[in-house]
Amino acid sequence: MSKTFKSKGTTRRGFLRGAAAAGAGAISASAAQAATPDPLITDVQPWAQGLGDGVDTTPYGLPSAHEGDVIRRNVEWLTADTISSINFTPIHALDGTITPQGCAFERHHSGAIDLRKDDYRLMINGLVDTPLVFTYADLERFPRENHVYFCECAANTGMEWAGAQLNGAQFTHGMIHNMEYTGVPLRTLLEEAGYDTAGKWVYVEGADASSNGRSIPMDKALDDVLVAFKANGEALRKEHGYPVRLVVPGWEGNMWIKWLRRIEVTNAAVESREETSKYTDVLANGVARKWTWEMDAKSVVTSPSPQAPITHGKGPLVITGLAWSGRGAIKRVDVSKDGGKTWETARLAKPGEKMALTRFYLDTEWDGTDMLLQSRAMDETGYVQPTKTQLRDVRGLNSIYHNNCIQTWWVHENGEAENVEVS
Amino acid sequence: MLKFPKTIALVALSLTATPALAEMYGLGRAALPEEISAWDLDVSPDGTGLPVGSGDALIGEEIFAEKCAICHGDFAEGVDNWPKLAGGMDTLDHEDPLKTVGSFWPYLSTTWDYVNRSMPFGEAQSLSNDEVYAIVAYILYSNDLVEDDFVLSNETFLDVEMPNQDGFIIDDRASTEYALWTGEPCMENCKDDVKVTMRARVLDVTPDEAGDDSATPAAAEVEEAATEDTAAEIEDVQTEAALDPALVKAGEKVFKKCKSCHQVGEGAKNRVGPVLNGVVGNAAGMVEGFKYSNPLKAAAQEGLIWDEENLTAFLAKPKKFLKGTKMSFAGLKKDGDLAAIVAYLQSVAE
Repeated sequence: MSKTFKSKGTTRRGFLRGAAAAGAGAISASAAQAATPDPLITDVQPWAQGLGDGVDTTPYGLPSAHEGDVIRRNVEWLTADTISSINFTPIHALDGTITPQGCAFERHHSGAIDLRKDDYRLMINGLVDTPLVFTYADLERFPRENHVYFCECAANTGMEWAGAQLNGAQFTHGMIHNMEYTGVPLRTLLEEAGYDTAGKWVYVEGADASSNGRSIPMDKALDDVLVAFKANGEALRKEHGYPVRLVVPGWEGNMWIKWLRRIEVTNAAVESREETSKYTDVLANGVARKWTWEMDAKSVVTSPSPQAPITHGKGPLVITGLAWSGRGAIKRVDVSKDGGKTWETARLAKPGEKMALTRFYLDTEWDGTDMLLQSRAMDETGYVQPTKTQLRDVRGLNSIYHNNCIQTWWVHENGEAENVEVS
Repeated sequence: MLKFPKTIALVALSLTATPALAEMYGLGRAALPEEISAWDLDVSPDGTGLPVGSGDALIGEEIFAEKCAICHGDFAEGVDNWPKLAGGMDTLDHEDPLKTVGSFWPYLSTTWDYVNRSMPFGEAQSLSNDEVYAIVAYILYSNDLVEDDFVLSNETFLDVEMPNQDGFIIDDRASTEYALWTGEPCMENCKDDVKVTMRARVLDVTPDEAGDDSATPAAAEVEEAATEDTAAEIEDVQTEAALDPALVKAGEKVFKKCKSCHQVGEGAKNRVGPVLNGVVGNAAGMVEGFKYSNPLKAAAQEGLIWDEENLTAFLAKPKKFLKGTKMSFAGLKKDGDLAAIVAYLQSVAE
């Protein structure tokens, strides 16, 4: 990846002007002069004198109290109540790629249920030699694997179809998380039950009252689907399906059945509510696409963004964001500061991994003028993230799901950013 | 401690790289027929999985009014943001299409299956097979798809034609989109001109980040103020109460309508609505951990007490009594029901 860092061309005067605008902010080589000594350095501070917490104070830690605003948020007007609803990951405030479980978005259809491992049962039935029942302990005895995958709700960015609507990357793109899962390949369990190769589908359902169920083609089920019980090294959280959920790499989050209780091998798709009346995409002519499982390549600048304005004035600026594709690994991300007229290739923090979030950085020099910031992802298939106009030209205006358009943040001279659409 | 010959250990290691094909582990146990029939409830478009049973729209209307109308409206027209189940014919190619069972859902099996397994909200799997048939018949009737005397059963199920059954195509992005958007993208001079065409701030629908933080101290103040003002009145109400057991019993029946959102009694938790233990005679907006609507918070701040009079007025016409309330319940029509529910709620004081 080519790295774009523009400071080489900046004059010394430019540096000093930058420092002035940034107030106390210091710029690497030629630091600004402080007028008076900093009392945080010259005075002995209480934390340098007294004692901190003992090791028995926090048996299980929460984020620092000073990070209290980095939390999931919901949009009240979006759903009738908060039980069958969704909230959003604070992606604007996170870095790296792994989403901490505690702030990873939640989507429930009848609330997050409390299900003990001891009460957990998983059934495999339908077109199998022997219908089986597994306990949680049984699952831990199969060989298991570790994989990092993103989980994106098909409705992520769905509120933006008709126009720019919500001011914040958390709200426009926060129906996503990325975790390292530990679990047993679904293939292993299907083989244990002796699946009938004539069965072309598996129907998977959860134990909660919504009985959320989806049909998955057998090819995918045998390929990379995981019956997972750990995320980021620890047990799944209740809100993500404790004790066991399905992981369906690259495919829409609705299929990642939480509190997984049953796997049925079938001849045909069940055509459940979640795969007919929901998670289908109405085109302009009124005909709807169904079985739109894969999440296409997508990216968003997470900072600067409306909830993460530039606070330091002109000078060195890190533009960063996330990119992902349900059809493979991210190969490249381009960033535009002028609404798509010109593009620079960003630096990937590490090479893209299949169906996992990729972090990108554009280490740049801000001249203090306003920017129309965009990012554009490319995946290993050569697919390039489209603009909203391109998507609308094919799909019309009545879609809800699978909006993977290029996002624009208008960053103003004062560093504040807002969600806009551009021509 | 297990003693492992080195060769076996090596074999085991090599297996981790390439798992053996169709290896069996002998884990789990055979599922019993009773267990499979308890969980394998899904119904397919061809009717596979439907149990024996029947019901018509007339019976369905009564059940619907009791168990479904709170959210979906008496005529399946939907209340607030809850799903509309009827109407919307021929709107799919219009702006904001109305996607209902009648206008959009391609298979009747989906409706039967969903009602059977997942409804009513908060009381899933409480309906008998006949009740499900009757409710589905009523939803079809609300969409003008059957007459009111049509008996829906496992035998007549496939006679019903769903208007939008041919309205779906299988994902065609590979042919309609991927070729358009694949290849080396433009890097310079990609557009002559860029104009901002829309700003989210014009709509102003983003949740206020400061909102939650600033609301907390205000809510605390409300609580304190309300407690002081009303302590005397609460005592009055409680000493007055001499409950009629028959009325309380009738109220318990009426409370079924409230149960999908509210809990009472020991161990009750906030659901869609707050816990109602001790609500009668108490200050409004006091249940810990429940996120009240802004209008209710405002009313609480002004000192609203859920005495018999206020509670009766609220439950008769919730939206009239408290404009903007989150409670989607349409209201109790009968005076007898109102008196009974208030008596019942008084009986669950703590």
